[in-house]
Amino acid sequence: MTDLSQNTASEPRKHGGSLLEQTPRTKKRNAAEKRFRAYGIAAIAAGLVMLIILVTTIVGKGTGAFQQTFITLQVELLESKLDKKGERNIEDIKKVTTFGYAPIIKGAVAAAVEELGIETSLKPKKLAGILSKDAAAQLREYVLANPDQIGQTVEFRFLASSRVDGYMKGRVHRESIANDKNISPEQLDLVDALAAAGVLEKTFNLDFILGADASDARPEAAGMGVSMLGSLFMMFVVLALALPIGVAASIYLEEFAPQNWLTDMIEVNISNLAAVPSIVFGILGLAVFINYMHLPTSAPLVGGLVLTLMTLPTIIISTRASLKSVPPSIRDAALGVGASKMQAVFHHVLPLAAPGILTGTIIGLAQALGETAPLLLIGMVGFIASNAPETLADGLLSPNSAMPAQIYEWAKRADPAFYERAWGGIIILLIFLVTMNTLAVILRRRFERRW
Amino acid sequence: MPTIWLVALLLALAAAGFYWGRARALSTAGGDAKDLHSLPSYYGYHVALTSFVPAIGVLAVWLLAQPLFIENRVSGMIPAEAVPENSTLGLVMSDVRRVAEGLDLAVEQGLLTRAEARDLSSGSQDVRALLGEVGVALGNDVRPEVLTAAQAFRNLSNTGKTAMSVVVALLALSGFAWAYSKTHKDFRARNVVERGIMALLILAASLAILTTVGIVLSMLFETKNFFGLHSWTDFFFGSTWAPNFRGDSELSILPLLWGTLYISFIALLVAVPVGLFAAIYLSEYASNTVRSFAKPLLEILAGIPTIVYGLFALLMVGPALAGVFAKGGLLGVEWMAGATSVLTAGLVMGIMLIPFVSSLSDDIINAVPQAMRDGSLGLGATKSETVRQVVMPAALPGIVGAVLLAASRAIGETMIVVMGAGAIAKFSANPLESMTTITTRIVSQLTGDTDFASPETLVAFALGLTLFVLTLGLNVLALYIVRKYREQYE
Repeated sequence: MTDLSQNTASEPRKHGGSLLEQTPRTKKRNAAEKRFRAYGIAAIAAGLVMLIILVTTIVGKGTGAFQQTFITLQVELLESKLDKKGERNIEDIKKVTTFGYAPIIKGAVAAAVEELGIETSLKPKKLAGILSKDAAAQLREYVLANPDQIGQTVEFRFLASSRVDGYMKGRVHRESIANDKNISPEQLDLVDALAAAGVLEKTFNLDFILGADASDARPEAAGMGVSMLGSLFMMFVVLALALPIGVAASIYLEEFAPQNWLTDMIEVNISNLAAVPSIVFGILGLAVFINYMHLPTSAPLVGGLVLTLMTLPTIIISTRASLKSVPPSIRDAALGVGASKMQAVFHHVLPLAAPGILTGTIIGLAQALGETAPLLLIGMVGFIASNAPETLADGLLSPNSAMPAQIYEWAKRADPAFYERAWGGIIILLIFLVTMNTLAVILRRRFERRW
Repeated sequence: MPTIWLVALLLALAAAGFYWGRARALSTAGGDAKDLHSLPSYYGYHVALTSFVPAIGVLAVWLLAQPLFIENRVSGMIPAEAVPENSTLGLVMSDVRRVAEGLDLAVEQGLLTRAEARDLSSGSQDVRALLGEVGVALGNDVRPEVLTAAQAFRNLSNTGKTAMSVVVALLALSGFAWAYSKTHKDFRARNVVERGIMALLILAASLAILTTVGIVLSMLFETKNFFGLHSWTDFFFGSTWAPNFRGDSELSILPLLWGTLYISFIALLVAVPVGLFAAIYLSEYASNTVRSFAKPLLEILAGIPTIVYGLFALLMVGPALAGVFAKGGLLGVEWMAGATSVLTAGLVMGIMLIPFVSSLSDDIINAVPQAMRDGSLGLGATKSETVRQVVMPAALPGIVGAVLLAASRAIGETMIVVMGAGAIAKFSANPLESMTTITTRIVSQLTGDTDFASPETLVAFALGLTLFVLTLGLNVLALYIVRKYREQYE
């Protein structure tokens, strides 16, 4: 106290004038206060701006993938090319490869150009270049399914090639194609004329959502559908394994576990596993499931197992939190009327904790759905997932991709047309994640009980 | 899939057990559930669990152990001189497995009968062509030792599988019979069932330990193999990373570690100030309405999958940076060679870590007792002075812990660096050059065609183990600091 009074005595405060007037020091302090506050606002604004940039980029770059340029053509299925013997024997028709269909397509484009009265100096081969390389396969598939249509003229809607599609979407410009072998300015003139005539149009493309991936040369035909199924099967495995195991582990730790070294060790392990980098789980999967147990590479089963191990800590942590939030009076009441401890937990505590468990599980699943790194190591990238699985066992064991792995695969390819696919894939992935998270929030709001 | 059928059989047996066990208990009590010791369904559960659980446990253990056992037996059959030079026993064994698989396929497709597959000898028939026919392509002709080993492999596998089915089925049936015979109205079914369920719960909880053990062991074994093929001094203290699949690679972790730490440092340079200031503003200044929409919005950033950030780095941030710093860019300098760089990956990773830092620090700042703020404000300090001189020093240990947790995240992050950082391992201080990280190299050494006998593949396990130890160490340290700090104010 004496020090204090001495200090004030030796340094009297030199406040001159009115209290309403700020001294320079007060001004400085107030300015510092304002600055500090501004830093805070700037930090939050920076975070939100990043979010907005991210979302607008994704939406801006990705929505294009949901539209595709199609060309509608009248195709005469010439008997002389497709079925020379004229017997409509399916084995004979099958002998005609996609190369055999190319002249028919060339003819169809040439006929359309002529009919519309478009002047062009292009040869038929170049004319057909505006169509996807997929067109012949599409035609052949149709003919094999409907051999009786040979000799008729049928209307077809073909995919345009990725360059034409890019031109329609503003990705490919006349200046940028100077060194491009796949497209020429004359072809773009033709595209403009066809678009004006309404033969070529850009419409919604369901095949992007439901279709299979396609090879490097046909970005216009690539879709997310099969990898979506791969993700679905993985989530199925994760749900079937992680939920029961996670709930059982949480019940033990929260309700029964005695305080001993084993319990401590389990707790430490769970909290550490939650922080282990996901790629380490990939290494574990590769070493244990593939190298040691010889499960098939690239199979959704293996992906699901790896993601299960990754999701378990998340589910355990949220389940324990919701078990903890059930008040002890519930347990006491059950025990009081003669239930065993096990009955009290399974008949009373667990149902009351169920909404919280469900929410945690959905959030864990959403995390697992977006995870990519471990899938790279167990081989779920690097090939084309072209066929949808037919049976449950097939879906679990035959090679497939997963949504994020498919996006990564597209991002790695050289053709920029695949980048649009990758952004579009991200939109689909994010729609899934947003739906799952919203569901979790709704469930929490609707069923959460405050005691 | 006979294993699936076996599991289906066990499930069916369990369901039947439940029904019959319950019915028998009721009938011993003369149909009156009141005379039973436990509720009727407990008798059912008793029979179901006794027949199902031991059998499925044995099945799982058998499936895990059989490959190891067969591998040991068969690799013991291959004489040392049968392993060609520049090859290893592991490679020969993978040949053996492929031949065995091919023979299985051939039998399945009817190209061979079972007896033929067993007695086939490489002298009498072109095995390679035969296997090519069923879609198993082999690199070279099948040598007699490999063929005999493959046949032994098939024999052992088949015998093992049959034995497994028999043992499992017998176990299930005897469990069923035993439990069924025990079922009586005075039998304490509930106590037994509850003890059984408790054991299952403990088993599920122990899975966490098992996973950790699995991670450590799987990486430890392969790392041991790696250090058998490659000197550990080069791995830890060498200065060059130059894998060469013809052998004689230089595989040192230091350049990778440098790249990893550099990128993480830049990420933290972005995330820590932004995250920290955001947390301070949200907990000290923001009104409830601002807080209720800004906090969840920021946390969306944490929920976005890393592949999205990776793509953002690869296709947006990288080209944007190149547009400024690369040749022909805005600044007219040539500091950047391509779109991938330390800065690209670091910036994007920083964005990803913002919510991580902000929500952790938010919790920690909120844990500082209000009395400390009141005291400071009461003495006439402004709010910012209170934050800087009272709240921050008090929260500092916790915030250090949060930053360490974020650092551990950054070090283990894979997709952003795979897509944004590049593939060149070097020591350089220029953030505009592309560098590579530990996680990127793990991915590139383990994807594609891998040969688990070469140091170039096995190095990934050593890298993984180092990464695991590094992140684990950081986490344990961070949790220790945070916990210690929390106790201070509780």
